This record gives sequence, C-alpha cells and structure tokens, in this order.
Amino acid sequence: MIRVFGLTKDYGSRRAISDLTFNAGKGEILGFLGPNGAGKTTTMRILTGYMPPTSGKVTIGGYDVIDDSLAVRRIVGYLPETVPLYSDMTVYEYLKFMADIRNVKNSRQRIYETLELVQLADRSKGYIGKLSKGMRQRVGLAQALLHQPDVLILDEPTIGLDPKQVVKFRELIRSIGKDRTVLLSSHILPEVQQVCDRVLIINKGKIVTEDTPEQLQARLTGAQRVNVRVRGDINDLLPQLEKITGVINITPEADDRFEFESIPGQDLRPQVARMIVNAGYDLLELRPVNLSLEDIFLQLTRDEAEVPSNLSTEEPVEVAAEN
Amino acid sequence: MRNIWVIAEKEYKNFFISPIAYVVSFAVLLILGIIFYANVLAASIQQYAPSIQIVIGPLVTLLLFTIPAITMKSLAEEQKNGTLEILLTAPVRDWEVVVGKWLGGVLFILTLLLVTWFFPIVLNQIVQPGIDQGLMLASYIGLFLISSCFLAIGVMTSSFFSNQIAAFFACLGILLIFWMLGLPAQAAGATAGGDLLRYLDLSEHFYPTFFRGVIEVKDIVYYTSVTALALFLGSVSVEARRWR
Repeated sequence: MIRVFGLTKDYGSRRAISDLTFNAGKGEILGFLGPNGAGKTTTMRILTGYMPPTSGKVTIGGYDVIDDSLAVRRIVGYLPETVPLYSDMTVYEYLKFMADIRNVKNSRQRIYETLELVQLADRSKGYIGKLSKGMRQRVGLAQALLHQPDVLILDEPTIGLDPKQVVKFRELIRSIGKDRTVLLSSHILPEVQQVCDRVLIINKGKIVTEDTPEQLQARLTGAQRVNVRVRGDINDLLPQLEKITGVINITPEADDRFEFESIPGQDLRPQVARMIVNAGYDLLELRPVNLSLEDIFLQLTRDEAEVPSNLSTEEPVEVAAEN
Repeated sequence: MRNIWVIAEKEYKNFFISPIAYVVSFAVLLILGIIFYANVLAASIQQYAPSIQIVIGPLVTLLLFTIPAITMKSLAEEQKNGTLEILLTAPVRDWEVVVGKWLGGVLFILTLLLVTWFFPIVLNQIVQPGIDQGLMLASYIGLFLISSCFLAIGVMTSSFFSNQIAAFFACLGILLIFWMLGLPAQAAGATAGGDLLRYLDLSEHFYPTFFRGVIEVKDIVYYTSVTALALFLGSVSVEARRWR
C-alpha cells in the first residue's frame, strides 16, 4: 500500500529526513520509532500530501502523492500530532464537517458508528473545547477513521490517553490493522512492541534498522544473558563457573547474585544449574534476561551519536535519545 | 463546487457560533442607526427630503473597517490551531479552501446587508413620495460587489499570517491604501500615472457610479477582477505554506 523510495526533505539548509526507503503492505501495522526530532512527523506529512518532499518518490495505493494528491488523500486517514479540532464546535458538528468534506455517504450513521468505536457516543453534543485531552485525542482519531480509509497514518496517537484507554486503543488499532495499512509513530517503545507487526527505527532523519519487534530483540540480544541467585557466597562459585565452556562475561551483582552470558545459540542453563547444585549451593533463581526494545533503541540511537565523539575522547558523549 | 460549499457553510455557521457576528452586526447597526437618526432629524428641521445616501455612505465606511475583523481569523486561526493541516490533507484543492472561506464571508455580509435594508424601508415610509428605488438598488449592488472585494482581500491577508491581529491590521492597511489612492492621483493631475492611480482606487468605482444610481460594466469588471486576483494570491499563499 505504501511505497517510499529515496525520500529526502530539507528545511532550508537543515536536512530533516535523508533517503528514506520503506514499504508497508495491506494488513500491516508499521511502527515508526525514533527520538523527538528524528523526522517522524515530517515523513508523515509528506505521506499525507501536506507537504512535498525535496526529492524521492512516494506512492500510496498505487497513486503518487504529488501527481495524484487528491486520490491519495481520499484513501488516507490522518491524525496529526497536534490534534486538529475546532474548539467552538460540538463533536457531532465537527465530525459532520469532516464527513462532508470527505464526501462520506450516510454521514450521520457513520459518525455514530465511529463515535461508538472510540467510545465517545455519549459526548456527541458536547463542545470540543470542554473535552479532556484524552477525549480530544479520540475525537481526532474518529476524524481519521470516518471515511474508512485504506491507509491510516497516526502521529503519536496515544499521547494524553489514560492507561485503560491506551489498552482499548491498541485493540482498536489491531482490529483496524487486520485488513488495512496502519503507520503509527511513537517514541513510547512498549506501545510499538505490542501493536506493530514491524518496527522502523529512525534517528536523525535516517532509518537505523527495520524488523519485527521479536526479530529485533533476538537479533540485537545475540548472546543470552542469565541472572542467577544462590544461597551462599558466590565468590567461591565463580571460578568454577568459568570452567564451563561457552560461559562468558560473568558479572557479580550482589553477594548472592550474578549474571553470565552464554555464547549465541547455546543454552547453558542446565549445565550451570547442575554445577551449582554439585558445588553444594542452593539454587534460588535462574532467570534469562532479555534486552527490552527500550535498551535496543537506546543502544541503536546512542551508537549513532557516538561515532563522531570517538574521534576526540575528551568530548562528553551526547545522548541522542530523550526517552 | 461541493467542497467550496461545505467549507463556506461551516464558515458561515461559525460566524454565529463565535461572538464576532453579533458584535460586528451590533456595532454596524448601532452606528448606522445613530447617523440615520441625526440625518433624518436635520432634514426635518431644514425641510428637505433625505436621500438613501445617508445610509449607504456611512455603511461603506463601516464595511471598510469591519470586514478585516470578519476575515482576520479565516485562515490565520486555522494555521495557528493546526486545523489547516487537516484541511490540506483532506481531498480538497487549496483554492477551494480559500474560495470557501471567502464565500462564507460573502454569505455573512449578505445577511448583514439584508438587515440594513431596514433603514431604506423606514426612510421610504417617512419621505414623500418615497425614496428613489433605482438609486437604492444600484447602491446595494455596489455595496455587495465592494464587500466581496474587501472580503477577498481579507481572506488573502489572513492566509499570510498565523496571528489574527496581524491579519486584521495588514488587511485594514491594504484596504485604506487602495481606498485613498485617489489623493495622490489628484496631485498627479491628468497624467497617465494619475489616471492609473484613479483606476486602481477602490472608492473611485463606487462613489461616482453606484452611489449615484449608475451601474457601469467597467466597475463590475473592476471589482470582480480584484476579487479574483486576491483569491488567486490567497490560494498561492496557502500552497506556498506547504513548501516551507
């Protein structure tokens, strides 16, 4: 549905995004992940036809975003980062206007269906200016869903929602994502991890990596880390542990707790457990540690920033990620 | 055409949701009423029949100052609130947004002009043998043309700014300059430059003709072309926003 090739956008002399290439198919939820200012919003604005790229080509549903802009806009639903609402209109009036401008048939019925979907049916006559932030966010979402678009582009959609609504929202996105294409940006990692089929990590206008959340985790974790807790002093234990082939990077964490890593592709937990018991210790805990997407994200975006700082070690390392 | 109408309709309704419509109408009608009363009183003392010009004259001046207030928020507010982003990503062309905003303003001014019709009706009752209906009709046609021209300039200036106050004063400035081009034209005399300035003067196409009951094609052409030009520039300005 979405094909992006060599997308570049300059704001004056500043390059916001540089040579982005990615695709998203029907029935796919693509997560767009990156720190603030990475170029997520810029990319989405280009995809929705709000602004033209400096160079590159984007087609949505087979239509070019520049040459067939109106055709693209008809099949795209868009929720911008700042929710576009007229605060002196009621929820119904606003959605009616949006439905009319998008030429939605049976608009009245469709508006109530959508309000039901975002759980705002009881607020249809309320003024938008009097709604809470979370409710406004849902009105914005309703606006994007009204015309049942093939492609849904959501810029930071869960900001301002309370945890319960976030769960509902994820369910909603997953159900929509079954037969449509959803592109969702976020800097909240668990969200992307839970909702998306595929994640695209973008930093400083470039794609850092692209994979499924699971693959990403597996690929980047590489070696498996295991956290072990025993009864007794581990200092006597560690030399014995080093003798097991495949165990690397042993790090004591407390008097009775340490972590070790096994070389990729080997699960050494049975051997380690046997060794500990044979050495006369009680094994209390043996827990594999997975790098969360958060760690991976920090690692990826930090690595980028560290490249120039390697040249002069005196300079403090700038941490790119804000979250 | 449908899109323009949808936007115009929303714009028109919004005038009545916000207090602007009521404040502007109240101010215009109050000032017009005071001037009307004073003129009728003076006429009755001096024993002459006042013409409809006692309404039309002040009304044009009032429109000059109130139309910038009506149009100032049309596009500036959309830009500030980010709602322009959703209009420009809806399947609507840029010029349809601009023309829709203008048409909404035209409908509102039409409503206001309809209310001011009250004064000619009253005047018609109190003077013998009634007012000059041809003069009134020509004046109102002129008023309509000149208002739509002001509105187009207002929507255009609103598209330049994301601040309503800036949009208001810029529009008022442009209107006043084009309203008073006749002054330097007088100084220039009967030269080509003077003629050009006189031709560009917004008021030069109203007072000598419509205001005296004369309808001339050149004036209609002038007002419609200024309107079209302003709407065109407004559309270009909205489109240029995309490139920034």
